[in-house]
Amino acid sequence: MVIAVVLFPLAPAQAHVQRGGATGLTTGFYHPWSGWDHILAMVAVGVWGVQLGRPAIWLLPVTFPVIMSIGGFLGLIGCPLPGTEVGIGLSALLLGLMVAAEARPPLWVAILMVGIFGLYHGHAHGTELPPNEDGLSYSIGFVMATGCLHGVGITLGLVHRWKTGTIVLRIAGMVIALGGAFFTWRAML
Amino acid sequence: MNFFPRPKSRLRRLAFLFFVIGLPARAGAHLVTSGLGPVYDGMEHMLLSPDQWIMVAGLGLLAGLNGAAAGRAALFSFPCAWFAGGGTGHLIHLPLPLLIPGVALLVVGGLVAADLKAGRKIVVAVAVVLGFLQGYLNGVPPGAVDGAPLALLGASVVAFVILALGAGLAVNVEGWRRIVVRVAGSWMAAIGILLLGWTIRKS
Repeated sequence: MVIAVVLFPLAPAQAHVQRGGATGLTTGFYHPWSGWDHILAMVAVGVWGVQLGRPAIWLLPVTFPVIMSIGGFLGLIGCPLPGTEVGIGLSALLLGLMVAAEARPPLWVAILMVGIFGLYHGHAHGTELPPNEDGLSYSIGFVMATGCLHGVGITLGLVHRWKTGTIVLRIAGMVIALGGAFFTWRAML
Repeated sequence: MNFFPRPKSRLRRLAFLFFVIGLPARAGAHLVTSGLGPVYDGMEHMLLSPDQWIMVAGLGLLAGLNGAAAGRAALFSFPCAWFAGGGTGHLIHLPLPLLIPGVALLVVGGLVAADLKAGRKIVVAVAVVLGFLQGYLNGVPPGAVDGAPLALLGASVVAFVILALGAGLAVNVEGWRRIVVRVAGSWMAAIGILLLGWTIRKS
């Protein structure tokens, strides 16, 4: 009886309906982490940036969220972008191959490539955004999460300074490319 | 008489769409009272409106990146413009397009990301224009009728503090710290673009 009396009044209600800014922020932050096709591509951008060195190490992770938000804008206003899922799958495949090969194209080519893929990722996010969220909070969470995923890639890429680390990154690139191939194949079915 | 002629080309349709969306609409940023008085209501409103304080912080970063003189000039011109804009909005009550907060974030974030060496005059001009517009949007809502000047004063004080913090962080930064500031600017621009999309979608 004593335990029951002590415990029951203290139990907080759990079944709150989430509304407002906090929901938008957490939902937006969660969204980019919700699919491996997005995660692999964004982490690959960070890793490739480290392999390319300065200024690509920060230019690529800056390009991706900005162009991605343009894609999100197009998705939000209902502007169609054909082959979105295939584009997302291809992004992981090609970025993984770049990491695996430690490719060093001219900087503008790398930026262009990352930008085009960012457009596809953003468009997919823009069309999938839930209608009743707080748009601003959602956008803040969404952009922050994308930046964090690039940060994960950059942090993992720091092992590039060691010879073993270089090999590990190239193997990771192959794994990302394989994942990308799977997602591309699935999108084309 | 045909008051709304059908746009012919795709470009005209797009321009027509933006014109329709950009038409004045009632601002949704109504002031919520805290019970602590209008000054604190204004402060609270500013702190609970991310679209506003992120823009102010971004403007602080822009001012700081352009040097101490630009930072000092923006520090005083922005809150004054904000207060003047708020007073004007409170008197006129003419709603402005809802796209302004998104555009403001995009402009400020883009300038920070580009690390534009704009100089003191341009930074002050940007601060005055954006401060006036954002202040105006805060002054328009009917909820701000009671003690509106004090509420606007409270919001202006918070704007001053946030801008000072942003400018202080960014002034004289070099190397990787400057890159971090520019990355933050790119995030602000990205948020602004998405906010524009949300605004258009909601309209």
